[in-house]
Amino acid sequence: MRETPESLVVDPGLDETIKKLTPEKIQTVVEHVLTKENAARLKVYSDTCVHCGLCAEACQTYISRDKDPYYSPVAKVKNTLWELVKNKGRVPPESIRDMSRIVFTECAVCRRCSMYCPFGIDIAYLLLVVRRICSLLGVVPAYLQDTTNSHAATMNQMWVQQDEWIDTLQWQEEEAQAEIPSCRIPLEKEGAEVMYSVIAPEPKILAQLLGNISQIMTVAGIDWTMPATDGWDNSNMAMYSGDFEVMGRVERLHWETAARLKVKKVVMGECGHAFRGAVYDGPRWLGWKFPPIPMVHAIEFYYDLLKSGRIKVREKYKKSVTVQDPCNTVRGRGLGNKLRYVVNELCESFIDVDPRLEHNYCCMAGGGTINCGPPWKRSRMVSNRVKAEQIEATGADVVITPCHNCHSGIEDIVGFYKLKKHVKFISEIMVEVMEIPDSLKA
Amino acid sequence: MYDFSRGPLVWIAFGIFLIGSIYRIVSVIKLAKKDKVVLPYMTWKYGLRSILHWITPFGARNMRLRPAFTVMTYLFHLSLLLVPIFTLGHAILWRESWGIDLWALPNLLSKLMTFIVIIAGVIFVLRRIADPAVRFVTSAGDIVLVILVLAPFVTGLMAYYQLAAYQTILIIHIWTGALWLAIIPFTRIAHMLYFALTRAYMGCEFGYVRHSKDW
Amino acid sequence: MFCKDSWDWQPDRKVVADLSRLRSSYAGIEEFAASPDGRVLAALVKTEDDQFTVWANGQEWPDKFELAWCLRFSPSGKLIVLVRIDDEWTVAADGKSWQERFEYAWDPLFGNDGLVVGIKYKRENLYGIAIEDKVWEKSFNGLRDFCLSPDGLRAAATVQVKALREADIFGFFEGVWSVAVDGKAWDKQYINAWNPVFNADGNTVAAEVRTDICDYTIARDNEPWDSRYGCVWAPVFHPRDNSVIAAVRNQGSWMLYRNNEPFWQGRYNQMWNQRLSSDGSRVAAIVSPDFGKWTIAVDDRPWPKLFSDMVLAPVFSPDGQRVAAIVKDGGRWTVAVDGVPFKESFEMIWDPVFSPSGQQMLAMAENSGRFVILANGRKYHKQFQKLWNPVFSPDGKNVLLKYIEDDKYCRQVVPVEELLG
Repeated sequence: MRETPESLVVDPGLDETIKKLTPEKIQTVVEHVLTKENAARLKVYSDTCVHCGLCAEACQTYISRDKDPYYSPVAKVKNTLWELVKNKGRVPPESIRDMSRIVFTECAVCRRCSMYCPFGIDIAYLLLVVRRICSLLGVVPAYLQDTTNSHAATMNQMWVQQDEWIDTLQWQEEEAQAEIPSCRIPLEKEGAEVMYSVIAPEPKILAQLLGNISQIMTVAGIDWTMPATDGWDNSNMAMYSGDFEVMGRVERLHWETAARLKVKKVVMGECGHAFRGAVYDGPRWLGWKFPPIPMVHAIEFYYDLLKSGRIKVREKYKKSVTVQDPCNTVRGRGLGNKLRYVVNELCESFIDVDPRLEHNYCCMAGGGTINCGPPWKRSRMVSNRVKAEQIEATGADVVITPCHNCHSGIEDIVGFYKLKKHVKFISEIMVEVMEIPDSLKA
Repeated sequence: MYDFSRGPLVWIAFGIFLIGSIYRIVSVIKLAKKDKVVLPYMTWKYGLRSILHWITPFGARNMRLRPAFTVMTYLFHLSLLLVPIFTLGHAILWRESWGIDLWALPNLLSKLMTFIVIIAGVIFVLRRIADPAVRFVTSAGDIVLVILVLAPFVTGLMAYYQLAAYQTILIIHIWTGALWLAIIPFTRIAHMLYFALTRAYMGCEFGYVRHSKDW
Repeated sequence: MFCKDSWDWQPDRKVVADLSRLRSSYAGIEEFAASPDGRVLAALVKTEDDQFTVWANGQEWPDKFELAWCLRFSPSGKLIVLVRIDDEWTVAADGKSWQERFEYAWDPLFGNDGLVVGIKYKRENLYGIAIEDKVWEKSFNGLRDFCLSPDGLRAAATVQVKALREADIFGFFEGVWSVAVDGKAWDKQYINAWNPVFNADGNTVAAEVRTDICDYTIARDNEPWDSRYGCVWAPVFHPRDNSVIAAVRNQGSWMLYRNNEPFWQGRYNQMWNQRLSSDGSRVAAIVSPDFGKWTIAVDDRPWPKLFSDMVLAPVFSPDGQRVAAIVKDGGRWTVAVDGVPFKESFEMIWDPVFSPSGQQMLAMAENSGRFVILANGRKYHKQFQKLWNPVFSPDGKNVLLKYIEDDKYCRQVVPVEELLG
């Protein structure tokens, strides 16, 4: 395999773990995953791909790296899955290291390439199969593995202790009350209409978002609750690291928590991969065709609040804005037009991106890539020059990112390419511009 | 030799093609059941919606991004399918062998289409060599496959223009055509069989499941 | 629920509290809690000076707190709440606060008799369990899942026995999790441990453990089962012979195992939440025979009727002869009894309650914010603003209803015949 600057990145999750691998172990795991865990899709996709290279143009890593053929989606499959299939798993540990790097840090499993393949081959799925193999072999970038370990031990992605979770909600309830005295974050309210679930970075590093949602829920008059037990975190990096057992455990708890609280639906914060985990990948592994209780993404929730007039805008946001369409809620849920409605309702000047909606470029932070941590940041940045160019071309002052991974990813890009933009969640703008009825004011 | 080629050989080729194709499709559906998460998500509406978008010229963004290639690919595939069935010489054989009266392509058109197949095939090969992204994933097999696909067209033209000993070239034409037919289920040309399946599945994953579009 | 004999079972309706008057008296009132016997309605209230106290049947507790949450009645009617006093947390029970104070305290559990309460606590960044104001001798770096023995006198919890440096994936896979019982951790450590459970006598504990990246099994009193599985779910004890029963994933499908031996022969796409009848003679579990289809299997025989959305944990009648479960199909909830769902479905429904004989069954359900009672699947004519789960009298002749209607909290005892119409 070709040596790239990324081959030299030091990551104990790859460098140290391959030392324990034996050829037998690799072969057993590869064979198990290829023959026992996968069937029709793997076979048909392998037989159908005519090596036409039409997927290349879809990939932000390929475009951003001056169309280096090494980074086209099909090249990533060739360098990983095809090798494993061709050699029936008889590959040296060093190859597993390279494959792990490719599938975890050079592909964000955003599925844009599936829209460019004439056969609709789910290339991201093929690379997830390789991630699964790497996960079972224990060769996963250390920070991503640590996040999965956190899920396994704490049922949330950032080692948030149970007391820290509740304490943070109580603190943010008080913060929200400073704005609107009747604000609450109702804990464990059985029979509420809505369970609100978030990802662990909210209590850990972005606690004000919890105060924001308390204000929004109060103004909109929503009967809601949050769990005071594990199961509150809807995120799932185990889905991306290939540890499906941990993924399933986390999702099961999330849905059983919603069922225990007797809510009619779950509304989730602005996060894309969490939507994917809770609505698609998690339920499927567990055996649910669709999530057992409806899951409403923040974009759709805000859309409903604005459309129904439950939230009214006092004065629109002044700065010019553009959006980052998150793969997992736009390509993955068709919420692109609702997102634009929300943005136009809240903001005076919206400048759209191009390409947009389902065709928007990934932020190159999703799919677990940003969770691979600092060692891989530079690679991610180089892999998404096209995103910097796309945002810059809008000339907008603010990029609205209704997804945590997009938010961090775009912030990284803004910093790396010195773009002079601000990055915001919808809720931050909504809290700023919404009308607070006199009856609720202090 | 000619009699064998015209008779049993073609029968055998058709047989291999038909039985092989059925076998491939059936085994894929069986495997899809094993996959568990494929068939429950498939619906006619979203499957057909995706297929329609992708058989319509310029129906998908990627086709619009590369218009010349799109036109060429369409003409190639169209000609590749139509010429072997409807070319005048073959139409006669359909009638003689099975008594089926098929409409036949006008001679000029079928010559033109044959040239299109050959020229497009050559461009495909050149693209494999010239475009780094394609070259990177091209194997010798990919080139051989194009040659196998082109062979009956080249020999067909040669026979038509009587560029070599007619009987010999005709036999070669029949053999390469038979080979072409017989290998469809067992090589990447199987994408002809799988196209509808993979497309429909992805169309459903995007449309039925994700409320989104895949073109 | 114990001491039900002493409750007032005379058919009668009594208005216990007028909520509209209560609402005008306080700056804030949180969710109501009704005592098991229905005679007391309580709520956390915010007083004028921005402090919290407990209001119960018109009386305030004498103490006020900086912050309070998690107001609960125990099965015996003890009223507890978690409170913050001088920046420290503790439990207040029936108006009296514990002596022990904590950096944080949460997740109260009761013993079956309702007299004992246990909580998780944190002190100086270490975690432990306290039962009735008594803390564990040893505390741990982390603590997650927690259970009490049925008598409430013993506690078990999954604990992290060693601190890990940030992102220490190697330390993690060496195993730093275990199960602590009464503050003493098992000798063996695991990559993960989840869902500890006591047997009926409270003298043995089982839990799920993970021994390698994809190796899972059940451990009992420090000893893991010999076999490893692709995944496992929470174990339960057999109430009579103390065997451990758990669903395990074996070659891609789920099976029910007992003491590491196949217990049911059926292979399922999914299986969890197994429950045993009170004498342990029958076992029921949520199963998915095929992808996307769910039902209850009783003694390895799935109900023929399958449900698309969700099935919740099965409930046995007291004699173990009948099994009911909440089921959801096509976006609507209902209850299925012995495989037959009620005709009507709802926006929400609660776990069914069997009469002592198992002959009658009640369930509460909700549509558009109005609560109803279903008696043997038929709707009782009255609707309520809010309702608590109905309770059968020990002789099965009467039913206790606790509800709010016209903003009044009422306790009403109704003959079963009336509900059945």
